[in-house]
Amino acid sequence: MEHIKTLNTKRLQNTVKEGGCGECQTSCQSACKTSCTVGNQSCEQK
Amino acid sequence: MIHQFKNNGYNVVIDVNSGAIHVVDDVTYDFLSYWQESGKEQAFAKMKETHSQVSESELLEIQSEIDSLIQDGSLFTEDNYEPKIKDFTARPTVVKALCLHITHDCNLACKYCFAEEGEYHTGKRELMSYEVGKQALDFLVANSGSRVNLEVDFFGGEPLMNWQVVKDLVAYGRSIEKQHNKNFRFTLTTNGVLLNDEIQEFANKEMANVVLSCDGRPEIHDLMRPFRKGAPSYDIVMPKFKKLAESRNQDKYYIRGTFTRNNLDFSKDVIHLANEGFKQISVEPVVAQETDDYALREEDLPKLFEEYDSLAAEMMRRQGTDKDFNFFHFMIDLEGGPCVYKRLSGCGSGTEYMAVTPTGELYPCHQFVGNTDFCLGDVWNGVKKTEVVNEFKHCNVYAKEECRNCFARFYCSGGCAANAFNFTGSILGNYHVGCELQKKRIECAIALKVHAASKDA
Repeated sequence: MEHIKTLNTKRLQNTVKEGGCGECQTSCQSACKTSCTVGNQSCEQK
Repeated sequence: MIHQFKNNGYNVVIDVNSGAIHVVDDVTYDFLSYWQESGKEQAFAKMKETHSQVSESELLEIQSEIDSLIQDGSLFTEDNYEPKIKDFTARPTVVKALCLHITHDCNLACKYCFAEEGEYHTGKRELMSYEVGKQALDFLVANSGSRVNLEVDFFGGEPLMNWQVVKDLVAYGRSIEKQHNKNFRFTLTTNGVLLNDEIQEFANKEMANVVLSCDGRPEIHDLMRPFRKGAPSYDIVMPKFKKLAESRNQDKYYIRGTFTRNNLDFSKDVIHLANEGFKQISVEPVVAQETDDYALREEDLPKLFEEYDSLAAEMMRRQGTDKDFNFFHFMIDLEGGPCVYKRLSGCGSGTEYMAVTPTGELYPCHQFVGNTDFCLGDVWNGVKKTEVVNEFKHCNVYAKEECRNCFARFYCSGGCAANAFNFTGSILGNYHVGCELQKKRIECAIALKVHAASKDA
């Protein structure tokens, strides 16, 4: 594409089917303890 | 729904519901803005009107690119997740993480401490006994269902003031892992005062992550993190933190600071820590009552946005050099990040995550400790106040009106329940300053990814 460059291939709608296993880290347990940041967390299934 | 922003020379478009990130030229940026506002046909007409210098064939070309991304599920994707998240949050949950308040006492007297120098509004200094901690680990194992990975943070107060119990609890945890098919991930949060070689060695062997509290520049650190009698602490903790970070190969730790109204120019503190050699840095906004003189205010937002932008610009300059570093709040995983359930169902406090006091009481998270309305039960008898747990269970982005239409909901999961409660009196409220800062951080995080990709290209 000439005008639009797409940065990533992951699409959230594709995680509906196989997601939700709950093995991932609790948001607050990583570093923050004062804010909720999930965008930076990893999926344990990967 | 799309969210558009310009940052450090990049035009970025987030397709909110699919998570697709696009970088576009100026004309396409405007086209997409009209498209979101009034749909395809009108957007085309408006573009012809306002961009007469652009040929019709170019506009048609852009329109066709947009159409193809819509088809592909990467632009203007619908939010069809609500019923699924409602079912998901209604499921029986298991406890997967505990914050163990191994001590309610501290050797520092940090002025912004939500734990009130470790006492947590109780006026009592207490140490957790081995028996209470052991019972907490048993409670976790018994309530974790089939989940394998269990997280336990040793928190305080200052946990190194009760170090023997920390060591004994790690040993106990390891001794029961196998028989229950569990894997404990222990972490430690410390102010560093009592850190020594023996503790470092143990932490490097057993702790999946270590959080080291330091606010940055010496004068800023010492202003807010003095000893109880007022003596400065920077020179005591800094050499120990440097040594620990190196001994962990600059990985699996965070040097973590808090910024307040006293250092609105906090990007200088981040850069100070980076220049001291730290590679994993987190400097975060203070959580304070509006009446505290160091609390962040609405009027500080423009300055704080500038700081985040300038930090992002500096990080862009350092990308790929040996001066590069990670800033926790700018970290974002665009390819391997969490599923939509994790992103929309809230932080897990009060359901998957609980805090345990030195005497074994359970709270929804460390920030609620001391507010007895939120005491859920104890580690011997389990959760008794199920109505509070249910409230937390249903605290997700669809339960918060302001989150429903916010682009950031897939990155912040609805924000911190404790902040919401402290500022609005309800865990379903929104702490506006926190939301605005979060949105800015997400934009900067994505801009950094865009910059890295453009350099690779």
